[in-house]
Amino acid sequence: MSRSEDELPSPRGGSGAYAGLAEPLLEVDDLQVAFETEDGLLHAVDGVSFQVAAGRTLGIVGESGCGKSVTASSILRLIPRPPGRILGGEIRFAGTDILRLTSEELSNVRGKEISMIFQDPMTSLNPVFTIERQMGEVLKLRFGLNRAEAGRRSAEMLRTVGIADPEERLAAYPHELSGGMKQRVMIALALLCEPKLLIADEPTTALDVTIQAQILHLIKDLQKRTGAAVIFITHDMGVIAEICDEVAVMYAGRVVEQGDVVEIFERSRHPYTKGLLESIPKKGVSNKSELPTIEGMVPSLHNPPEGCRFAPRCGTREKLGEADQGRCFGEAPQLRPVGGGLVACHFPLGRAEATTEELVAPTPGGAG
Amino acid sequence: MNANGNGGDPILVVDGLKKYYPVRGGILGGKIGEIRAVDGVSFTLRRGETLGLVGESGCGKSTLGRALNRLEEPTDGTVLFEGKDLAYASGAELFRLRRDIQMIFQDPYSSLNPRMTVGEIVREPLLVHGVGTKAEQVEKVRELLEIVGLPGDTLGRYPHEFSGGQRQRVGIARALTLEPKLVIADEPVSSLDVSVQSQVLNLMVRLQRERNLTYVFISHDLSVVEYISDAIAIMYLGRIVEVGSVETIFERAAHPYTRALIEAIPVPDPRGRHEVEPLAGEAPSPVSPPPGCPFHPRCPFAISACSEALPILEAVGASGGDRGHEHLVACIRKGEI
Repeated sequence: MSRSEDELPSPRGGSGAYAGLAEPLLEVDDLQVAFETEDGLLHAVDGVSFQVAAGRTLGIVGESGCGKSVTASSILRLIPRPPGRILGGEIRFAGTDILRLTSEELSNVRGKEISMIFQDPMTSLNPVFTIERQMGEVLKLRFGLNRAEAGRRSAEMLRTVGIADPEERLAAYPHELSGGMKQRVMIALALLCEPKLLIADEPTTALDVTIQAQILHLIKDLQKRTGAAVIFITHDMGVIAEICDEVAVMYAGRVVEQGDVVEIFERSRHPYTKGLLESIPKKGVSNKSELPTIEGMVPSLHNPPEGCRFAPRCGTREKLGEADQGRCFGEAPQLRPVGGGLVACHFPLGRAEATTEELVAPTPGGAG
Repeated sequence: MNANGNGGDPILVVDGLKKYYPVRGGILGGKIGEIRAVDGVSFTLRRGETLGLVGESGCGKSTLGRALNRLEEPTDGTVLFEGKDLAYASGAELFRLRRDIQMIFQDPYSSLNPRMTVGEIVREPLLVHGVGTKAEQVEKVRELLEIVGLPGDTLGRYPHEFSGGQRQRVGIARALTLEPKLVIADEPVSSLDVSVQSQVLNLMVRLQRERNLTYVFISHDLSVVEYISDAIAIMYLGRIVEVGSVETIFERAAHPYTRALIEAIPVPDPRGRHEVEPLAGEAPSPVSPPPGCPFHPRCPFAISACSEALPILEAVGASGGDRGHEHLVACIRKGEI
């Protein structure tokens, strides 16, 4: 593990306690992804950076179109090209820049070092082969196991993911299984190779809550055993709270806030994060009181607002003086350290609690 | 208790409602079985209140919602709307009754005709039912679009020009065109982003208050249902397994399935993580439901008697329910667990 990146300074100049928790397994730096569309180039991901260490779970949360799924797919270079294109940035996995790998080197990483699971299990499952054949194929390629060994190992893995009578299920075709079962088979398939990094893109969104609880439990359990890093993409703040150690909140193609999960939930610094959390109906709150909302809607990425992309909807911005509001509309805030996490906001919430250093340190355009 | 703070008269009384679908197969395509999508559902809903219908996919909640409006022909049972039996109404009578019962659907992308302007979509029910002159209709549409918070130039634009949240507002405006008394909303906010979801929920609550609307709110999302409902009915495999006031369901749930469902909701609080084992297994197929209580194969409290007889929905203890909402549970061990 003593590779050259150890000596490299952090791209964000040692961004506080958060970045220094553990040596990162994956580092995404200034990722830029765009799609050719009829209306021109659409920048779906616009300068996203984050890191995740072994044994940790990073949640990427945001609403539809915020770029969270595109970010996740970019890590394995699964962006369809055309129309998609990774315009820039670096994705370093265990020191190697994934964006510079040849397709042969890349397929060695895919499914072996990094596995991905999706919302729709049929993205990963082949409808014309039995489960046994699909799992066996992976084991043959990865570990050179013969059929009998592969069968035994596959059945074991199905049992691990909570499938009863695994021998029977191995003979089944995907369509013979229920949605929750297919999701579990896909997870089993993703875990067969014992990946160092598991990327889960809304894997429980289409499932019922009781099945979702089982899947989340399963991922946590497996992570505990294998020490894998997990990136969990979701729109559901409840799921984030349930499973993640760190969180990156995305809005309109950018990360607006990033940090420890408890910090994010209890001391949100970005008005968008706070707004998102407040608009979820709380336990014991009835319709006698209005739900807090975020007015307006997510901007079109064809024509994103200048400056802070959240500014047009931002309730905090409305309360500022004219000059300060001008800054929100005119100057894009950079992700910078505030109170233990990273925030892209000129006027982060709860600044009264911030240290003097934090109050004087921020300079627009760079962090420290 | 409704949004205005007083319980109304019963507007909807459903009794023993069933909806079975035949399962066809074999060489001749004959009936080889049936899916009991809704299997003997009974409940009462009072004017101005919201009943939340909750359950997982395939539990029959959407079919039930559609059967209430006769979008599905019930197999058996009665649906009394203001005392008139909707399940057996026909022709002109059904047409008239349906004016008073409108639906809001989950997917605002597929429930609006893409070839019609928003103005036409919202006006269509008025044309169908021959209400008012053209000028009056246009005025009504304009007023409704304003009420649901859509901009003034919406009238001549097409659904694809709008976001999901705005489309759902169009769907709500259309549902209100005929001044209905009862609105059946099937997962109305499920496809919306959280920040937009709360906007639409606030709108529905405001409209209910202003128009004394009665809602049947179908959702798989318990936190949304908790917010909007006065009473909640939990469905499992075509049946109501528990019904009661919101407070009763969330604080004193007596059915093991209700408890498991509430327990399984991920809470947006990282300090309140679930450390307990989640409920195992999946809901069985409605084609071949297990004998006895449909939940017993997954139930941690099941005893041998649970697999013998179907438990009936009956009052728990002697409490008599909460604020006039009876607390009913279909579980033979309801008092003891």
